[in-house]
Amino acid sequence: MILKFVWENIRHKPMRTLLSILLIGVPVTLILTLTGLSHGFVEDSRKRAAGIGADIRVTPAGSNVLSFSNATMPLKLVDWMRAQPHVAQAMGTVVAPIGGFDALIGIDPPAFDKMSGGFIFDEGHTFQSPDDLLIDAWYADQRKVRAGSKLNILGHDWHVAGIVEPGKLGHLFVQMGPLQDLQGGAGKVSQIFLKLDSPSNVDSVIEYLKKKDDSFNVLSMAELESLISVDHIPLLTPFLHAVLGIAVVIAFLVVLMSMYMAVLQRTREIGILKSLGAANSLVMSLILAEALVMGFCGTILGIALTYATQYAIHRVMPASLPQAVVYIWWPIAGSIAIGAALLGALYPGIIAIRQDPIEALAYE
Amino acid sequence: MNDPIIRIRDLRKVYQMGKVLVEALRGVNLEVPKGEFLSIVGPSGSGKSTLFHIVGGLTPPSGGEVIVAGMDVSKVGNSGRTELRRKYVSFVFQKFNLLPNLTAGDNIRAALYISGQKTDSFAPEFQNVLDLLGIAGRLDHRPSELSGGEQQRVAIARALATKPAILLADEPTGNLDTANSLAVLSLLRDLNDRLGQTILMITHDAEAAEYGHRIVHMRDGRITETSTTGPRV
Repeated sequence: MILKFVWENIRHKPMRTLLSILLIGVPVTLILTLTGLSHGFVEDSRKRAAGIGADIRVTPAGSNVLSFSNATMPLKLVDWMRAQPHVAQAMGTVVAPIGGFDALIGIDPPAFDKMSGGFIFDEGHTFQSPDDLLIDAWYADQRKVRAGSKLNILGHDWHVAGIVEPGKLGHLFVQMGPLQDLQGGAGKVSQIFLKLDSPSNVDSVIEYLKKKDDSFNVLSMAELESLISVDHIPLLTPFLHAVLGIAVVIAFLVVLMSMYMAVLQRTREIGILKSLGAANSLVMSLILAEALVMGFCGTILGIALTYATQYAIHRVMPASLPQAVVYIWWPIAGSIAIGAALLGALYPGIIAIRQDPIEALAYE
Repeated sequence: MNDPIIRIRDLRKVYQMGKVLVEALRGVNLEVPKGEFLSIVGPSGSGKSTLFHIVGGLTPPSGGEVIVAGMDVSKVGNSGRTELRRKYVSFVFQKFNLLPNLTAGDNIRAALYISGQKTDSFAPEFQNVLDLLGIAGRLDHRPSELSGGEQQRVAIARALATKPAILLADEPTGNLDTANSLAVLSLLRDLNDRLGQTILMITHDAEAAEYGHRIVHMRDGRITETSTTGPRV
């Protein structure tokens, strides 16, 4: 019977109900989109790291797993590492952040091709001049450019020589030399990738390199992939907490206002229920059940809207903002929305149970 | 008619209106035997509605003793009065007071649900009551789809569904035309005659009051006169 009451009340005021559900759904979407973006970025980074085909990554000491460092390691270190036992290939790259999570990667094309198996070209060709730029298909979609277009990055006009399949280290590639010159870091690299004669030698080579020189971060690619997580995206965790807080406040206020209005509108009905002998617990249950339904429907709508934001973001920024669907966050976002909705319904519920039945019955 | 189902001794009720104390009831004494149809008449401000609200457990008395269906209303709190409304008394109001979002049938089921009775089907004897009230075919309609007379008959059905010890009717014909008023009053009298349902009705209308067995006249918070009506034909 409680469900009948709730259903008829919801049906009786469809606009109020739909608006409330929509407003509860928005913070759910906000949470799921943000977590989807962070997890999408991490997943994309992980795939691109794996796509290089290396076994070990060496970076300057103190560098973050995901942050891009300037080129500070000497290029001759690449040659030195290549000469170490079990190291089959060594490749230095220069990473130049260009805003957001994107970076221009300077590579040594022969070494890169040898280690990764080379680019697969959708359009155009490989590097032919110092200003040539290769971009992956996602970035090409995002910037709406094709092979032959010009792109100004870091104040330099680059010629898009080719569009390549995504999944190898970055989204934008130039030759290492021109990028070093542009950054004033001639003879320096940001990171070095090593491919060994056998993956079984990874641990021993890492130990060996650390003993030789402990001023670098030496990580196996497997370890690196496991370390690429949301926790390593700078400032994301506090930002996520702030969004969660905002979501709670929005859902709380929406339901508070909605149920407060509903209780005022239904003053007479509450009086009727009380005249029939409805206990305070039943009156409160009806208010909370309605909030629960709105919270649940808001969660479902919020999840559905997340797919809409995913589609929209993928259409606009497929390379810079990959958005994953993070199922584990569905119940978390839902719990937040429903919990806040129930919290928001408490005060109107208390008002309802405190109403004097005679005054409520006389309410016009 | 036998044991009193309502026994009131020196009932007083004082309201605080701002800084002013208003005495709505000033020592009312009344006994209502089980099965009686009692009419209470009086002008506005006479205290008849206050008496009705106290007997129905909608408001507590300020003093005196009020025993309704064995429950001493003057000694119970809010939950006790809620229990009184749930188990022993039912209301029929001037403005019908049906839940607007529910059908007539669901209004009746709501009362059954609140009183803890089964709601999936109506008992055969209650089905007879629905037939007597002439609303058996109107149960799927919402209040807005029913005439005033039909709404009041649904309200009566809802009040009777829980088999209350006392049916309290507050100006039940106040919003009805003459024909519907007569029909509702006849129904109440008929239900009293057939089922032995105790009814306490307050009304402004002297003619409506004649449907009761006894008429209690109130003025200025006191009972001023009690009269017995003649047999109805």
